[in-house]
Amino acid sequence: MTKSRKVRDFKEKLMKSLFLIGGIGTILILLLICLFLFAEASGFFKTYSLIEFLIGTEWKPGARVEVFGLLPLFFGTAAVTAGAIILAVPIGILSAVYIAELASPKAAEILKPSVELLAGIPSVVLGFLGMVLLVPNIQRLFDLPTGQTALTGAIILAIMALPTIISVSEDAISSVPIALKNGSFALGADHWQTIYKVIIPAAFSGISASVILGMGRAIGETMAVMMVTGNMAIIPGTDVFLSSVRTITATIALEMGEVARGTEHYYALFAVGVVLFIMTLFINLVADAVKRRHKLEA
Amino acid sequence: MKMNIGTKSQIKLIALLSVLLIALAGAGCLGQNSSDQKVVSSGSTTVLPLMQDLAENFMDTHRDVLISVKGGGSGVGIAELIDGSNDIAMSSRKIRNNEVADAKANGVTVVEHIIAYDGITVIINPSNNVSNLTVEQLQKIYSGEIRNWQEVGGADSTITVIARDSASGTQEFFTEAVMGNVSYRNDMIVQAATGAVTQEVSQNERAIGIIGAAYQISTVKAVAVNVDGTEVMPTEENILNGVYPISRGLYLYTDEAMSKAAADFIAFILSPAGQKIVKDMGYAPV
Repeated sequence: MTKSRKVRDFKEKLMKSLFLIGGIGTILILLLICLFLFAEASGFFKTYSLIEFLIGTEWKPGARVEVFGLLPLFFGTAAVTAGAIILAVPIGILSAVYIAELASPKAAEILKPSVELLAGIPSVVLGFLGMVLLVPNIQRLFDLPTGQTALTGAIILAIMALPTIISVSEDAISSVPIALKNGSFALGADHWQTIYKVIIPAAFSGISASVILGMGRAIGETMAVMMVTGNMAIIPGTDVFLSSVRTITATIALEMGEVARGTEHYYALFAVGVVLFIMTLFINLVADAVKRRHKLEA
Repeated sequence: MKMNIGTKSQIKLIALLSVLLIALAGAGCLGQNSSDQKVVSSGSTTVLPLMQDLAENFMDTHRDVLISVKGGGSGVGIAELIDGSNDIAMSSRKIRNNEVADAKANGVTVVEHIIAYDGITVIINPSNNVSNLTVEQLQKIYSGEIRNWQEVGGADSTITVIARDSASGTQEFFTEAVMGNVSYRNDMIVQAATGAVTQEVSQNERAIGIIGAAYQISTVKAVAVNVDGTEVMPTEENILNGVYPISRGLYLYTDEAMSKAAADFIAFILSPAGQKIVKDMGYAPV
């Protein structure tokens, strides 16, 4: 064995173990975070009933009798996320189909980087734009006590979820086998029929995965939402989208600064954090399952 | 084939993470400069801009001292002082007895320094014709007993109540000085920063909000507090002589055994030069 060969082998091994350390490190960090999160949250249920937490309709820390009910925050997050998905899915899927199927190469060349650029706008900037542009107009349009509503948050989140939805859907649509498309044309179908009878059904699981991933993006967002939803910790009434809501993330961000370590309120925030963690974990698992099915089909 | 694509992107991810980790470790080593004396201060976002200005001025004449100023809220600053992770805690409320006791248990003997006085200004939209409110009316507005501007001499429209988050010293002080034992209404808007409060009030005709007096800007209108029939505005004079009812001290808390650099810095703040900066920033000097 020559010397250079030995050096190369050594280098190879060194790099391999370096990567291994990196990989293990990531898993370790994840494990430690989970451990800490669950340990701190479990402190909350020593003094507060789990049922009362899960079905409580009031979130009132710092009151004389402190109440920690999850529901107002859960509905806040649900309203804003659902609104964002309702707004983002049609626009997202239409753009994805356009980029993958209809756009001229030149148009696609401009559109694709633009979508990526949209993903690069910091959330605080979007939040600020929402605060200055959307809030006053939504108030005026619907004659509300304030323009800081679930709808305002949903619009901002829709903008943030769009890049995810567009790029993942576009990937799914582009990877539909050309044979399917050609077969459809050969049977005399026009382009439009091919798109909605063949291509979209074939890419369906990829498109669903994109929607679920977009949803995950929306649920976890904090800053932009906190700036435009009003952070009112009450269960929204019938006009869900036009009332001010407080999301789970905003609650943690708003209250973590002040809370004294070791108090019930402190542990309550961790319990809320665990709920958020479980929600996003669930969404990621669903997205993964849908994507895997998609790969098997393809 | 599919499998291969998966592992490749996994390797990419792991490589990226390792690079990041190494970069972080490297940055940690570079950040230290042993010749400088470091003073770390953190806490109230109300005190923050004043403290930054004071720190910059102090560092101009003390090249060997490095003062870092962070926000986080009064509670965070005090918690960090108790932990020993800062040298100076900035606070817009007085330290609580249990916090002093916690600090003592951790070997920190807390010393208080009042560096300035600040008032809380009640702000409304410039188009609102209400000019003054009593402390009692303010309490009723924030507790939800008064819900229409008509009840306090304004137009017939609902009141949109805007409060700060519970980490804010402004909010905490307002609770103490105005609310007492009365709880806030559930349906009030909570904003995470002073700027967000003024922004919403400036564009919402029905809104009422509270901010530190030093922040007052022309896009919103300050409401005078009605004290036994006299309108009292949150001017520096009224805040200093205690006529304005919603005013407070801005505090720094340190360990009794603080570093020389920290002690020099606080001496500078309380000196005429430091107090001039306090005045220029819109607070009342001590």
